[in-house]
Amino acid sequence: MNELANSFAFNNAWLIPALPFFSFLVVGLFIRPVSDKLAGIVATLSVATAAFLSIWLAFDYFSAFPAGAEHPGLISWSFEWLRYEEHLAVNVGVLVDSLSILLMVVVTFVSSLVHLYSIGYMKGEDGYGRYFTYLNLFTFSMLGLVVAPNILQTYVFWELVGVSSFLLIGFYYTKPSAVSASKKAFIVTRFADLFFLIGVLLIAVVGYNAMSMFGAPGSLPDNVSAFDFSYLTSSGVSIMMNNLGLLTPAMILIFIGAAGKSALFPLHIWLPDAMEGPTPVSALIHAATMVVAGVYLVARLFMPFAASGTALLVAGYVGAFTCLFAAVIACTQDDIKRVLAYSTLSQIGYMIFALGVASATETLGYTASLFHLFTHAFFKALLFLGAGAVIHAVHTNNIWNMGGLAKKMPITNITFLIATLAISGVWPFAGFFSKDEIIASAFGTHHYVIFAVGLLVAGITAFYMFRIYIVTFLGKARSEAVNKAHEAPMTMTIPLIILAALSAVAGFVHFGDFVSVGAESGHAEGGFPIWIPALLSGLSGIAIAWFIYAGNSERSKALTERLGAIYRVIYAKFYIDEIYLFVTHKIIFRFISAPIAWFDKRIVDGGVDLTGWMTRRGGAVFSRLQTGQAQTYTTWMVNGVIAVAVLIWIFVS
Amino acid sequence: MSFSPELHHWLILSTILFSIGIYGVLTRRNAVGVLMSVELLLNSAAMNFLIFNHYASKPFIDGAIMALFIIAVAAAEAVIAMALFVAIFRSRKTVDVTQINTLKG
Amino acid sequence: MGLVSWLFVLPFATAIAVILTPAGMPKMVKKIALAGTSLHLALTAFVTYKFVQVAAFSGDAVKDALITHLYLVEKVPWFESLGIQYFVGLDGISMFMVILTSIVIFTGVLASWTVTERPKEFFALLLILVSGVFGVFVSFDLFLFFLFYEVAVLPMYLLIGIWGTGPKEYSAMKLTMMLMASSALILVGFLALYQGSGKETFDLIEISKVHFPIVFQNWVFPVIFIGFGVIGALYPFHTWSPDGHSSAPTAVSMLHAGVLMKLGGYGALRIGLYLLPEGAQNWALFFMGLTTINIIYGAFAAIKQKDLKFFTAYSSVSHCGFVLFGIVTLNMIGVKGAVIQMFSHGIMTALFFGLIGMVYGRTKTRIVTDMGGLAKVMPWLAVCFYIAGLASLGLPGLAGFIAESHIFLGGFVGNQWADATTMRILTVIATMSIVVTAVYVLRGLANVFQGPLKEQFKTLTDATLTEKISTGILVVTLAIVGMAPWYFIDLIEAAVYPMINRLGLTASNWMVF
Repeated sequence: MNELANSFAFNNAWLIPALPFFSFLVVGLFIRPVSDKLAGIVATLSVATAAFLSIWLAFDYFSAFPAGAEHPGLISWSFEWLRYEEHLAVNVGVLVDSLSILLMVVVTFVSSLVHLYSIGYMKGEDGYGRYFTYLNLFTFSMLGLVVAPNILQTYVFWELVGVSSFLLIGFYYTKPSAVSASKKAFIVTRFADLFFLIGVLLIAVVGYNAMSMFGAPGSLPDNVSAFDFSYLTSSGVSIMMNNLGLLTPAMILIFIGAAGKSALFPLHIWLPDAMEGPTPVSALIHAATMVVAGVYLVARLFMPFAASGTALLVAGYVGAFTCLFAAVIACTQDDIKRVLAYSTLSQIGYMIFALGVASATETLGYTASLFHLFTHAFFKALLFLGAGAVIHAVHTNNIWNMGGLAKKMPITNITFLIATLAISGVWPFAGFFSKDEIIASAFGTHHYVIFAVGLLVAGITAFYMFRIYIVTFLGKARSEAVNKAHEAPMTMTIPLIILAALSAVAGFVHFGDFVSVGAESGHAEGGFPIWIPALLSGLSGIAIAWFIYAGNSERSKALTERLGAIYRVIYAKFYIDEIYLFVTHKIIFRFISAPIAWFDKRIVDGGVDLTGWMTRRGGAVFSRLQTGQAQTYTTWMVNGVIAVAVLIWIFVS
Repeated sequence: MSFSPELHHWLILSTILFSIGIYGVLTRRNAVGVLMSVELLLNSAAMNFLIFNHYASKPFIDGAIMALFIIAVAAAEAVIAMALFVAIFRSRKTVDVTQINTLKG
Repeated sequence: MGLVSWLFVLPFATAIAVILTPAGMPKMVKKIALAGTSLHLALTAFVTYKFVQVAAFSGDAVKDALITHLYLVEKVPWFESLGIQYFVGLDGISMFMVILTSIVIFTGVLASWTVTERPKEFFALLLILVSGVFGVFVSFDLFLFFLFYEVAVLPMYLLIGIWGTGPKEYSAMKLTMMLMASSALILVGFLALYQGSGKETFDLIEISKVHFPIVFQNWVFPVIFIGFGVIGALYPFHTWSPDGHSSAPTAVSMLHAGVLMKLGGYGALRIGLYLLPEGAQNWALFFMGLTTINIIYGAFAAIKQKDLKFFTAYSSVSHCGFVLFGIVTLNMIGVKGAVIQMFSHGIMTALFFGLIGMVYGRTKTRIVTDMGGLAKVMPWLAVCFYIAGLASLGLPGLAGFIAESHIFLGGFVGNQWADATTMRILTVIATMSIVVTAVYVLRGLANVFQGPLKEQFKTLTDATLTEKISTGILVVTLAIVGMAPWYFIDLIEAAVYPMINRLGLTASNWMVF
């Protein structure tokens, strides 16, 4: 039937998401109560096996469809999970194409390294087994999301990803800040999911109604469903929706959902707070996997997005703005994980605007975006894990309490430096290639504003990354804890080394040959050599950081004082959080919720009580007639008889 | 010319008797008085039976039988009522009907 | 006596057995009640098995059916001169509801293991109530239906009035009065159907063959829909529910929110939509508006609640709104969603109220801000609570999502009698509840279970074995329906077809009967 019919990995691709799920059940229900140590090992092994399988699958797939050839989407396995109507059913399954393989590899690979790292990092923590259960659940959800062949399965796992990240962020559930961060993450992404859901409903229902126009329902194959990506991305549906004027609204709604998970402005507020979770979690969720779900979604629905045009443009500008906005904030933060969080925001901004500048004919941005997703996963996970090793050693997140760690932690130092160089876009590290391609794609499609932003942010990125590198690892020790710091255990350093190696070389992959969209693969190297200004921008960022932070700290202090109010506004993250708090607490709670609660208690319930009260009052009034004296009653009776007699007399005569 | 009472004379008499009875039932405060007034009512009703029997269905005596029934029932009623009054008097020390108002709402 | 009759005779017999136990043996009473309900669970499993064996789930006959096809029917004339019969049977919806009720009463009995005050009367009333509920779900004679309905509603007065907490007399009175008023409406509707059909019968299937004049349908439909809507917490007739639930003892809240409120949705569907399709068409948009208010309003009101039970009660108002909303979408997807929502909400609230009772039994407070960090001392209860909460905010993988996705999709697909744009706007408003629900569920749960553990709660213990079984069953049910919904959807789909098919009939089509 197809070229992969004999591939073990392809035929059993369902195991890739299923393994972490089984492990989640087994570890959560049976192993965790018995042995923490075993829980960690089983969880890690299951994900590692999944990683092995997905690499095997990638190998088989790209052997069957070699670089440069067309990469078809194949359904490895599916079954009808939920049937709303004929042709409106959810066929849960595993879609194998270059995009899903890319994400499967990234997710399982990073996840298994994070699992391994966590064995060392979480040692001795309360709830060690619980942690691995959550981690498995998250990995399962994320894999289910990336292999989804239909948009409803995407939504299902999208929600599960939200919940498992909620659990992981709130892992330290006795810590109020972690609790509120997890709530915030869940509710903000849930708010975005609402739009996603409406978008899904809209696109699915319109697609479903459109089916009758492509032919009688009977003439379609039985297993076609309006939720399937293969159907939704077909040009017929896009044209149909466009004619109804619903394509752009639907795609923008879906993009809002993507923006929520990918923490794009203005829905980014949950991500920095999410750093309350354990550091490996940040590496997994908030660097390599969950936050790129939005990028994945836009890439998955790239065809309808491109057909709309406007929706893609919106995505492009939102991405570019987030990219700049987050990079600026990252320059001022003192918490090492928060800097990395804002850096993630900024890098995702890159990926999104790269998609935004692409179009159905100019697809370089698409490839560049996913290329950056690929490389970013490695170096950002490395940065987080490195930061985790540092935090593990010095028990603080504040970079000004570190310093001089290079000598104490040589492996961490070198790997962190590699990652820093990679994210700064220095040749020959991975970030250089992907970032260069993104900037080139913006230039090539004549989006000069976005191009300028990309170029500028490349410099800012290099600046803030070297800022934290210099402050953390170089110079003198600034606290007692640093003197006691020592290198992390093996389980933690091995993932660092592996990731560092990948961060160094991943850029040499001819990515466009493997992952691309549409007919032509995304090669557009020709013309103006964009890499020169991009590299210059990065190098100048490094130079400025060196000038300000290396050596004495007087220069940085002077700079903050010079900037004054501007610095404070940026340091306070432009007060976005405060605005949200104001809107939710002051406006929604006070002006919607409280009045409704009041209205219910006083008006609606009052209405019921009023009815009861009126009945009782009525009874009281009428009971006055009840004097208790038989003679009164008799009087009434006699009067009544007389009245009846009179009436009869009147009417009869 | 001697006066010979006609039907309506008898009815007027019975109505007067009934009205006195009603008046008594409604105004007497003593329960025994109320009972006596009730007897008047019953008697006026019995009288009506006799009157109509006499004027309307001469050869039959249904009306007279009903009157006898009424007298018997009245006797029974008087006994029960007096027993009740005695019971009420024992508990409340009065047979003034205006004081007996436990039915008041 | 047939199999279906046993469904309500068994709890009734158990109730009698409970009454006949000698005084001063509370343990015995509980054991009898537990035995009776476990037996019932087995009976339900057996009936389900039998039902699945005989019932047809697919094929053109099922898809084009206009008359509900019943299985395992028992039909005996009762008061022949009045056209009243003893007529019980099962279709997919009834079967589904019977399964729900059987699970909820079983877990309810387990959850009331700690009742010490007059246990005999308590369990007897509980079982009588539930036998009424079973009766409603299986009876297809309007008279019998009404009879069982009253049997189900009345014991609530005593159960809340005697075993309740807080302002229990007030709540019990309010609840009973409002439900009685709604019974009056239902009775009026039933008598109108009896009279209007011209057949002098209460037989639901016979009446369904009559095409009522539009004018008749236009006034009877709202009477019946509102009559059942009151017990289904239709806005603005929902106010008995927060007070009633907060005052009721644990098992009663479980049963009431879990099962009794479903009688509303069930009646509105079975009597309202099925018998009066054109009335439903004309009123659909109006009631859709009301139920949208239900959904949003309940959710927003829940945010502001401090008491766990009020919080769940308002969330029930919101979720029961989904049931009625699904019914008035008047299409296959929405109505299926309504039925699944009845089930899922039943299990979910039973779990919620059961857990609240267990937590309250330990902390002696239901005010969320007084608690904190309880996950540390009662992990089992915390996990179950979170699962219930996640189900209520519609997390995929749990039953709530299956129901809500059907209902939203149903609202979007629309029908040919109501304006599609209006329906979609209302549906979009209704979907907003998923965010609001997330807000109140997470806020509430975070206050109770997360954060630092308060000093006075350090000695509390986790769930006992009976509590673990009771909550465990409910959690597993939520997960099964959420992950393997196809069994349940097949079950109800065949029963929903006739209801939907009748909507499309024109006056002349009715001649087929």
